[in-house]
Amino acid sequence: MWTTERIADLVQPGRVHRDAYTDPAIFDLEMERIFGRAWLLLGHDSQIPRAGDFATTQMGRQPVLMVRQRGGGVSVLFNRCAHRGSTVCSAAKGTVTQFVCPYHGWTYGLDGALVAVPSPAGYPEERHPQQAGLGLAEVPRTEVYRGFVFASLAADGPSLGDFLGPLISSFDDLVDRAPEGEVEVAGGVSRHAYDGNWKFVLENHLDTIHPRYVHASSIAAANEQDDGRPTDGAGEVAVRQMRQNGAPNELWEGIGLWVAGGGHGYMADYHDDEKLVAASDDPVHVEYQRRMEAAYGTARAREILSVTRWNSIVFPNVSFMSQFGQLRIVRPIAAGRTVLDTYVFRLKGAPEEMFRRAVAFANVVNGTGSPVLTDDLEVYERLQTGLGADGNAWVDTGRGFGRDVRDGDNGLDRGGTGTSEIAVRNQFRAWAEYMTGTGATEAGGMAVAAE
Amino acid sequence: MSGSAVPAASMDPAFDRAAVEAFLIHEADLIDRRDFEAWLALYTDDCRYWVPLEEDQADPQHTVSLIYDDRKLLETRVRRLGHPRIHAQAPPSRTLHTVANVIVEPEPEDGRIVVRSSQIVAEYRQNRTRLFAGRCTHRLEAQGGSYRIAFKRIDLIDSEGENRGIPIIL
Ligand code: FES
Ligand SMILES: [Fe+2]
Repeated sequence: MWTTERIADLVQPGRVHRDAYTDPAIFDLEMERIFGRAWLLLGHDSQIPRAGDFATTQMGRQPVLMVRQRGGGVSVLFNRCAHRGSTVCSAAKGTVTQFVCPYHGWTYGLDGALVAVPSPAGYPEERHPQQAGLGLAEVPRTEVYRGFVFASLAADGPSLGDFLGPLISSFDDLVDRAPEGEVEVAGGVSRHAYDGNWKFVLENHLDTIHPRYVHASSIAAANEQDDGRPTDGAGEVAVRQMRQNGAPNELWEGIGLWVAGGGHGYMADYHDDEKLVAASDDPVHVEYQRRMEAAYGTARAREILSVTRWNSIVFPNVSFMSQFGQLRIVRPIAAGRTVLDTYVFRLKGAPEEMFRRAVAFANVVNGTGSPVLTDDLEVYERLQTGLGADGNAWVDTGRGFGRDVRDGDNGLDRGGTGTSEIAVRNQFRAWAEYMTGTGATEAGGMAVAAE
Repeated sequence: MSGSAVPAASMDPAFDRAAVEAFLIHEADLIDRRDFEAWLALYTDDCRYWVPLEEDQADPQHTVSLIYDDRKLLETRVRRLGHPRIHAQAPPSRTLHTVANVIVEPEPEDGRIVVRSSQIVAEYRQNRTRLFAGRCTHRLEAQGGSYRIAFKRIDLIDSEGENRGIPIIL
């Protein structure tokens, strides 16, 4: 029986009990207390541009769909027939004029309202489903920020803006990079899975120690690659990123790691556009800069492009980065099973070649057959197996412990060095808050928590 | 069939179905014996090795893929397979490629023979067996009595599914 006290004991200064990753009962509580309360990113409204366009997904373990309304808004409905419970959509995406249940044909409007049942005379008037107001239930709260569709299964709680806190600027960073000030999902939604806990991937994306070890094979293979060999550009992008994973220790130590309330955080000062694109004389980048300056004015364009943010994590289900327009949505399936849906964004108004590079980058970071990703996934599975050992029940999160610093009054704390485990500690701080019901998204506070 | 004209393609050794099929079996055998260097040597300098995400995906530039390698990346991929700290292949997978339903298209493309086939790859690793079933398209260049691969596309039937990592050569 997981009492509040026992759950609170799982997260201690500089360590976390392995039950947080392996216990099925803890997982059930996570679905209720974290995924049942937090704002979850479901996708982007560019996936459903026209009335009747829908996309299905999950919030925690619950099937939901997001659908574009005739009035232009986006609704998030439970994918669950009001009659006996069948899902009303089975496709990942599609377009409908109404939702028709496959079982007995109950028919719903795009807003979820029940518009027809078969043989309506079969119901006594007072039990007629339409009179009773049955329909596809709407998820309690939905908010869209710059196209990103968020929903919460909880009727009450912080607004989306309060929930995101300082991390809202990471979404701005992504969208502002488009000369037209809008991004769209393009290039398909790919999926991959691993037999391990959902928290591993959120920890990993702000883990600057792991690349040299996990990615040793791809780093070495890329370092030995002859640059003169034929490429259509895709291999170029991939080999460069593999080499980047092998950056010297001083570079990783110098990276900025920031965390905010609610378990969120981001990595910045990683590498800037100068290093990321071939060079500042790269004609594609030059043209992009020209378009940005034309759209925003020179000063503002410079300001936007000077942001060097890399991975951002919005706890509990989003990891994204703006420089190559990548986003991953984390879907926990069980304590030991996780699925990721991965997205690429096109920056509207940017040269098409930039999108091609984003696709090539996606293949190396998210492709199921990537020489980089496959080693991450393998290690997540080894974590889950290793945590089955009783001999040592604690996971160590002590790197940089006590050295995290308050970063002014912006609601952010910063890791003392770029290899601090501040992000893991911060995620577990939020985890414990959700799981024990002691306030959810107080900003900052890591420096305090470390005392 | 007697009396009817024999299609021109079958007279051309480059279009000899039996020779093409034997070549695809040879390719499969090199992969299953983990002779990846020899496998890579089958590929041309302008080759592409491609596992698309979407059914009937039109191109690898504007839609993501499970794998999309040009020559440079394919060389890096193969070199990595020989690295001692390749976690995803420690221990290595054992694979068995089965090639079937080979069809040599009557018309070449870009001067290359187009071959379609079915491929089922069984993989065993760490106490688990997986199957990767897909439709393959090869573009082959006739060279010195054999062939070289300019293009291999594998359309997995579950490419859009929730797959664990695929570190093997398909
Ligand atoms: S379950 Fe949907 S109509 Fe009966
Ligand atoms: Fe990694």
